[in-house]
Amino acid sequence: MSEPVYVTGIGVVAPNGLGVKEFWSSTLEGRSGIAPLTRFDSTGYPARLAGQILDFDAAEHLPNRLLPQTDVSTRLALVAADWALRDAAVNQAAMTDYDMGVITSNASGGFQFTHGEFRKLWSQGPQFVSVYESFAWFYAVNTGQISIRHGMRGPGAVLVAEQAGGLDALGHARRTARRGTALVVSGGVDSSFDPWGWLSHLSSGRVSAVGDRDRAYLPFDTAASGYLPGEGGAILVVERADAVARRRAPQVYGEIAGYAATFDPPEGSDRPPGLRRAVELALDDARLRPGDVDVVFADASGVPELDRAEADAFREIFGPNGVPVTAPKTLTGRLYSGGGPLDVVAALLSIRDGVVPPTWHTADVPPDHGIDLVLGEPRNRSVSVALVLARGRWGFNAAMVLRAVADGAGSARA
Amino acid sequence: MSVMTLDDLRRILVECAGEDDSTAVAGDIADVPFEDLGYDSLALMETAARIEQRFGVRLPDDEVLDLATPGAVLDAVNKAAAGV
Repeated sequence: MSEPVYVTGIGVVAPNGLGVKEFWSSTLEGRSGIAPLTRFDSTGYPARLAGQILDFDAAEHLPNRLLPQTDVSTRLALVAADWALRDAAVNQAAMTDYDMGVITSNASGGFQFTHGEFRKLWSQGPQFVSVYESFAWFYAVNTGQISIRHGMRGPGAVLVAEQAGGLDALGHARRTARRGTALVVSGGVDSSFDPWGWLSHLSSGRVSAVGDRDRAYLPFDTAASGYLPGEGGAILVVERADAVARRRAPQVYGEIAGYAATFDPPEGSDRPPGLRRAVELALDDARLRPGDVDVVFADASGVPELDRAEADAFREIFGPNGVPVTAPKTLTGRLYSGGGPLDVVAALLSIRDGVVPPTWHTADVPPDHGIDLVLGEPRNRSVSVALVLARGRWGFNAAMVLRAVADGAGSARA
Repeated sequence: MSVMTLDDLRRILVECAGEDDSTAVAGDIADVPFEDLGYDSLALMETAARIEQRFGVRLPDDEVLDLATPGAVLDAVNKAAAGV
């Protein structure tokens, strides 16, 4: 059997909390990061609510040198990576550079930076466009910048699959660790709240236009009206169990026990969507059965027909009301590449603390969904196995199984 | 008469690529290699673009990358401005 792969460090940059501690207490206490967009004058746009990170000052956390060449999304990713490595007590200098990899996901690239440079292009001319635009815009930039900052020369990659991509990155990090790279920095962070980015969100037709922040994103509710976009995400330190034990990592949050990705069939096909198959494959990968799962962190689209499709999959796999389901992302919005990793963080903290955060704001779930959605308040429940799901627009599905690790496997946490 | 001084260049460098926390660009840096100051080839290309915008002097990309120190950049800019 392959060597287990653990999560040993977490860095969170979320609309409802910078850092793990603040994010987790907000998540359990229902503090929302949703507010009307303030990044630009959004008056007159058909939808204005988003999960924004409003208390982040990049200059406080990063060298001045990095600021002229980075988009806000990359600054957030760099800081999340710093925090994750510190949390895991990684001493980069003591490790071989080729033994450390970086595998992140990204869905929108450096939108705000690019918006500014494009404005220079059409208003002043090409010679005014920053040379840093050459890399600040693109999907792999977070992987590259994290790798340069920490001298990590092992495998580097970026996975792009809209909201599903963050789980794909973590799945690939696990594969990479098993192939021989002791430590992989992985996860996803996105931000695209300039006017151009915002229009791109709205063009999906899935963003809720409801103006009340507590009623706008209500996945699985009879009043579901779409989702709200958010920014941020999470970066995790992923390590092979033997490496964790060797360097005596300060804690193990859990094992990435299973992972799978599937694609939906093309529109009009009579084949079913791929979500159920992703769950079944991920459980097979973890050598677990549906009955072993203690909680599911749902994709929770908020688009009624997609909620229904997800509820159908839960009923088919787990039976009616067969497992507690939750979606704490109602407090942050959907974070694209950051969404899956942030849900993985919530799942690992549920394992650690024996508590499942609720789906804040959702209240009226149609009985024929047949799902046991955790509502209203956190539910105390011992969690050994958590399942995290993510669906990306254009047919991406990803499923990840997290499993508790018994004390002693390199873990100092009680 | 120089069109661009070391202080002008210093300002442009910081604007284009920030200041390094350890190696400041203050003081007499005319003969300190860009590499030691922590400015890479991209930073120099960005600097050349700003010089053209501010001082109307164009330094072709391939020539810029051969200029190893701030002093060499000043020299090239001022010679070009003087039509030498």
